[in-house]
Amino acid sequence: MAIDLVNKMETMTGAKALMTAMEKEGVKEVFGLPGGANLPMYDEFARCNIRHILTRHEQSAAHMADGFGRVSRKPGVCFATSGPGATNILTGIATAQADSAPMVAVTGQVPVAMIGKDAFQESDIIGMSNPVVKYAFQPRDASEVPAAVRKGFFIAQTGRPGPVLIDIPKDVQIGEAEMTFPDEFKIRGYHPWADPDVVNVEKAVDMLLNSEKPVILAGGGTIISSAFAELQVIAEMLMIPVVTTFKGKGSFPENHPLSLGPIGMHGHAEANKIMTEADCVLAIGTRFSDRSVGTFEAFEKRLKIIHMDVDPAEIGKNQTTNVAVVGDVRVSLRIMIKMLAKKAIKQTEENNWLKHVKETKEYWKENLKLHPGEMGAAKILRKLRELLPHQSIVTTEVGQHQMWASLFFDVIQPGTFFSSTGLGTMGWGFPAAIGAKVAKPDVHVVDIAGDGSFSMTENSLATAVLEDIPVIVFILNNSSLGMVAQWQRTFYKRRMIGVDQQHCPDYVKLAESYGAQGIRAQSMDELDRAIKTALSSDVATVIDIPIDPEEDVLPFVAPGTSLSEMVLPS
Amino acid sequence: MWAILSLLVENKPGILFKITHMFRSRNFNIDSISVGVTENPEFSRMTITTFGDEKQIAQIVKQLDKMIDTLEVKELDEHKTVYRELSIFKIKLSNANDSMEINKLANAYGGKIHDVKKNSMMVELTATPDQIEAFQELAKPFGILEVARTGVAALQRSGA
Repeated sequence: MAIDLVNKMETMTGAKALMTAMEKEGVKEVFGLPGGANLPMYDEFARCNIRHILTRHEQSAAHMADGFGRVSRKPGVCFATSGPGATNILTGIATAQADSAPMVAVTGQVPVAMIGKDAFQESDIIGMSNPVVKYAFQPRDASEVPAAVRKGFFIAQTGRPGPVLIDIPKDVQIGEAEMTFPDEFKIRGYHPWADPDVVNVEKAVDMLLNSEKPVILAGGGTIISSAFAELQVIAEMLMIPVVTTFKGKGSFPENHPLSLGPIGMHGHAEANKIMTEADCVLAIGTRFSDRSVGTFEAFEKRLKIIHMDVDPAEIGKNQTTNVAVVGDVRVSLRIMIKMLAKKAIKQTEENNWLKHVKETKEYWKENLKLHPGEMGAAKILRKLRELLPHQSIVTTEVGQHQMWASLFFDVIQPGTFFSSTGLGTMGWGFPAAIGAKVAKPDVHVVDIAGDGSFSMTENSLATAVLEDIPVIVFILNNSSLGMVAQWQRTFYKRRMIGVDQQHCPDYVKLAESYGAQGIRAQSMDELDRAIKTALSSDVATVIDIPIDPEEDVLPFVAPGTSLSEMVLPS
Repeated sequence: MWAILSLLVENKPGILFKITHMFRSRNFNIDSISVGVTENPEFSRMTITTFGDEKQIAQIVKQLDKMIDTLEVKELDEHKTVYRELSIFKIKLSNANDSMEINKLANAYGGKIHDVKKNSMMVELTATPDQIEAFQELAKPFGILEVARTGVAALQRSGA
């Protein structure tokens, strides 16, 4: 390696420059799978301080990077080869985009001269990924690699985070150039933050203070910007009840007296009820997704909406608002707190609205009918909560178990619950848990799973065992694609098509075959022991919990209806 | 409503694809688009005309603005804007008088005549889309053989 000391330039290959630039970004781990077109970058793992974590499928590599990114709030990195490696990673990229997770995906590409020739393992991943990346780079010369990495990491984690793709042709990885690693750089069309408009914050404060039935709706943006303390201060200052979106679950301690839990299709009954009765909502970092708000029009006429979001394009996209505050929600909330403090405003508990909120909460606590059996979803998840330390990270798969987790698993410490809420990607939870554990090795990480979703990426057990990443997979096993089955029971007159998993595979044996620990829990006593065993083990553990395949997730707001049309357990 | 959007974008490969893809994936439609390099070769100017209600147009502008490769996105007020489109019509000549009639019509719209042949002639017309459509209506009885249109190019008037 030639070093030009005067210009601080070094001659090196594109592959070496990639790893060097990533080391400068603080990358310690990469999740990935090698192939023909990324061999030069893989060869560099032998000569750098970045750990490679081998996955058995590129989609899992992307989910691991996603889980890592959400927990550490720094981009998780995944590597895949060209062609099928790149297309496999695409689901993971789209998942990260839908949930605004910081990620840098690096793919190999066929040599520049072969692009467009339908070469072996060539795919136009730049074109295919376009609608699901925050930005994409394809360096055409080795000298362009350092800037692509620097800018890519910056874009992925600033403003509204998202996935960035860096697609590097093989000859660019091999090619040598004099490299400079810029500390400073400019992306002239990128404005990730706006300063919140103070006048609008003032208007928002007035609107909140002049409302009789205010509610706070905290979305995923609250978690992304770590505005937990600010959210709690505002809620307590004004004594306003807090509901969340599903993505915002755990932005506010769910054992707090003002907490009502998530609204939405499978929201808490008390949250949906209070949301439909409110006259003013402070919506923080949310895009008013259909799953959260149903058909909002049903009650928006009397509802004043204050919308805070870092992404100006979210203002008015799904929901017309009365006041919009564009900017990092943590910054906006801090401005709001200062204004409230100046006005010396401190609400008391004694008002009719709050009394009504408390009564509603109490009512549903006592009157929501739960599954009568010993192994009902609520009992199982409450047992997990009882035994799992509050700082533990929980991910979920996608399906009924995910919605039961939303209903029955209370998040006490903010920012410890993560799920694929936007794209709803089955198979996300387990690899994401592995990524989360890599980001925070000192806490327990549990994937609340269903058998259908887990089976999509279950081969990540190899990664968990071989790379010594001991996470816990907690399967509520109804031996079916339970959510689809529920819809077939509800909307298709019990015509059950393509949902029966027929108890295949045996998850205890499956876990054991990978060298992981497998435990079946068929009673509450067994479950208690299984959780305690898993928490004290230093190997990945699968807890298989057979449940009633007929148990539905209720309450339920059917698609295309409003939150007030919630279906309750009969 | 009809909207004219003026975009200043990075002059790099793939940008046109990204812009048009945003319209497709977010369920909007492009009515016309014209692209050309600006006085500074680092940038291109795109002029896009589109239809939508006020909310949709606002959302299109925001989504374009959010894209990292766009440096400036403006919705132009058509009353404060010079906007023109170039069109070329190939028109059938059936009767002896046709070429004279078409010539008159073209003159009335400020068009130019090209390629006069026995059975056809061409009219080049630079005008607003409305005027081009009006000309097209009047030329229709002669028989329009082919039309090529560039889409609108637009700039806001100074001080407007």
